[in-house]
Amino acid sequence: MSGTFVGMPAFPKAAHEAVHNPTLRANLRHATHTIRAKRARAVAELDDWPALREAGRRIKDHTLRHLDRYLVQLEESVTAAGGTVHWAADADEANRIVADLVKETGESEVVKVKSMATQEIGLNEALEAEGIRAYETDLAELIVQLGKDRPSHILVPAIHRNRGEIRDIFRTEMGAWGRPAPEGLTDTPAELAEAARLHLREKFLRAEVGISGANFMVAETGTLVVVESEGNGRMCLTLPRTLISVVGIEKVVPTWRDLEVFLQTLPRSSTAERMNPYTSMWTGTTDGDGPQTFHLVLLDNGRTDTLADQVGRQALACIRCSACLNVCPVYERAGGHAYGSVYPGPIGAILSPQLRGTASEIDASLPYASSLCGACYEVCPVAIDIPEVLVHLRERVVQGGPAVRQGNKVLLKPAKGHAAERAAMRAARWAFARPGVLGAGQRLVSRTRRLHPRTLPGPGRAWSGTRELPAVPAEPFRDWWQRTHGGKDSSK
Amino acid sequence: MSSRDRVLGRVRRALADVTPHNGPYEEAVGRDYLPEHGHRTTGQTVELLAENLADYRAIVHRCGAGELPDLVARLLAGRGSRQVLEPPGLPPEWLSAADVVRVEDRAESTPQRLDEVDSVVTGCAVAIAETGTIVLDGSPDQGRRRISLVPDHHLCVVRVPGQVVSSVPQALERLDPARPLTWISGPSATSDIELDRVEGVHGPRTLEVILLG
Repeated sequence: MSGTFVGMPAFPKAAHEAVHNPTLRANLRHATHTIRAKRARAVAELDDWPALREAGRRIKDHTLRHLDRYLVQLEESVTAAGGTVHWAADADEANRIVADLVKETGESEVVKVKSMATQEIGLNEALEAEGIRAYETDLAELIVQLGKDRPSHILVPAIHRNRGEIRDIFRTEMGAWGRPAPEGLTDTPAELAEAARLHLREKFLRAEVGISGANFMVAETGTLVVVESEGNGRMCLTLPRTLISVVGIEKVVPTWRDLEVFLQTLPRSSTAERMNPYTSMWTGTTDGDGPQTFHLVLLDNGRTDTLADQVGRQALACIRCSACLNVCPVYERAGGHAYGSVYPGPIGAILSPQLRGTASEIDASLPYASSLCGACYEVCPVAIDIPEVLVHLRERVVQGGPAVRQGNKVLLKPAKGHAAERAAMRAARWAFARPGVLGAGQRLVSRTRRLHPRTLPGPGRAWSGTRELPAVPAEPFRDWWQRTHGGKDSSK
Repeated sequence: MSSRDRVLGRVRRALADVTPHNGPYEEAVGRDYLPEHGHRTTGQTVELLAENLADYRAIVHRCGAGELPDLVARLLAGRGSRQVLEPPGLPPEWLSAADVVRVEDRAESTPQRLDEVDSVVTGCAVAIAETGTIVLDGSPDQGRRRISLVPDHHLCVVRVPGQVVSSVPQALERLDPARPLTWISGPSATSDIELDRVEGVHGPRTLEVILLG
């Protein structure tokens, strides 16, 4: 992923710092609470929501289980419609393909539609290294790019910024990138949007190369779909002569009809709208309308490794709506940067450690960045069981075991720092397998309960620092059960 | 080994545990959701379209066939529009009463040229009542995608009830995926500042829809 995330501290440390930033917490609380209530209303309008959600889950599940079939079909359809399909096994290869395609046009600047895939591979930095300047055109991406910042939300990458901060960034930075911010710019959202419109207009009108991702690719027809609000997407997809789309292989859906499900669930889940302002659909190239050269770069970059995990593969069903971020109590407090990835929040906590592996400190800590409350699963429009995958990944971090990295089978070692946990679990397994030992131990713990400390010593101290230790009953449950014949004897 | 073979090979190895489904696709998916939401008469569906368009800040007008040229002329004059883009197959009477300079979208017209235009008038392919959406498909009365994008004012004529459907599934059924499609629900907007919706970013900031019929 983007080089800007390299060397991130583990989630607990980054989150600890983030929760002490009162501006960040206020911004996040305001934004997530606003969208939560709106989303609930938008979803409640459709009385067949559970059926739409189930259909979305099944489409994605079926597609992932037959991904090779649909990728080959997609390639045929796009090629037949006048597009050129490229395959990229990893980020470096995708970046090289795109840089070469841009160079072939002779251009040294490109306009970009907001795209998670290109952020994931660090395309802007790779193009910069080749002397090509990439202009982000989504308002929030622009705020992030001008502020030399990192994205903190899938849908609204500048969610951590409030209107005053955005005005300051526009005032000080816009001039270095093109048309400066208007004199006397205030912090009203309408004026800020107007400033972005003016700043980017000249770039749109002269752009020769556009770069995008896609929300969906239809195997049957070769159609790509970009869902957006501002019109910057339409500008990038329509005005340039050359269009290059970098899309993760998991974004394919089998049929045209499948769009009827996602075009109902995605806008309502993400921006809480019945429909987003603009959706563009294009199939290859059209004579005399829009780009006359179209390249599709199909990106793996860890997706096939994720697909190899029978529990974890469901993370690839994600349609990037970000409802799980908006509803998550951990995200609301820690913010997106603490996740150390372009994919923050609950979905990021299961996606990043699978795409990148769990070797780094941050990736090994992400499966723990959750209280397992399940709110993310409840709002997910394709019913990804995020808590199930989180628990599965915790097991993988602690126990190690077989996994696939870059297409190769590997055996992961158990992570360091979990030795006490593993020892405790081994002891528990030993005791639970020996009823006599377990009973004697329980009785001993009950009899000595007045002597128990209020907090745990050693590695347990952090845990009991914010929690009461559970009180031990005077009599173990199994003794009570035996004495009262399972509670049938009335005497207590 | 090509990257194509490498990626497809990885996919196939990753799916070694999966028994392929070889029956009809529709059977695997099962579609228990509704083809449309609620039961409405044709008139009520058009009413819902008007409501939902307005809810997302499109300005909605209605008129009969004979009144259209005057209404278009009045709306353009009201905005002070001097130059108006017209797609090649726009019915000639639509702009017949308007006192404006008509600009054709030629292949060689630059985006900068289109940016000097005040308004664009188009038809549409289909309109969706439940979501307040109009869809353009590049037919002769709608023109290239760029003409409904660069000007700041878009006047779109929807023939009711013929071009109106209730729901997204019904719209997809009518549309041809081979054509470039633009789905428009209200004027350009953003939720990027504090997740609050603001109208008016890069696309037309004013969308006016005339329900003709």
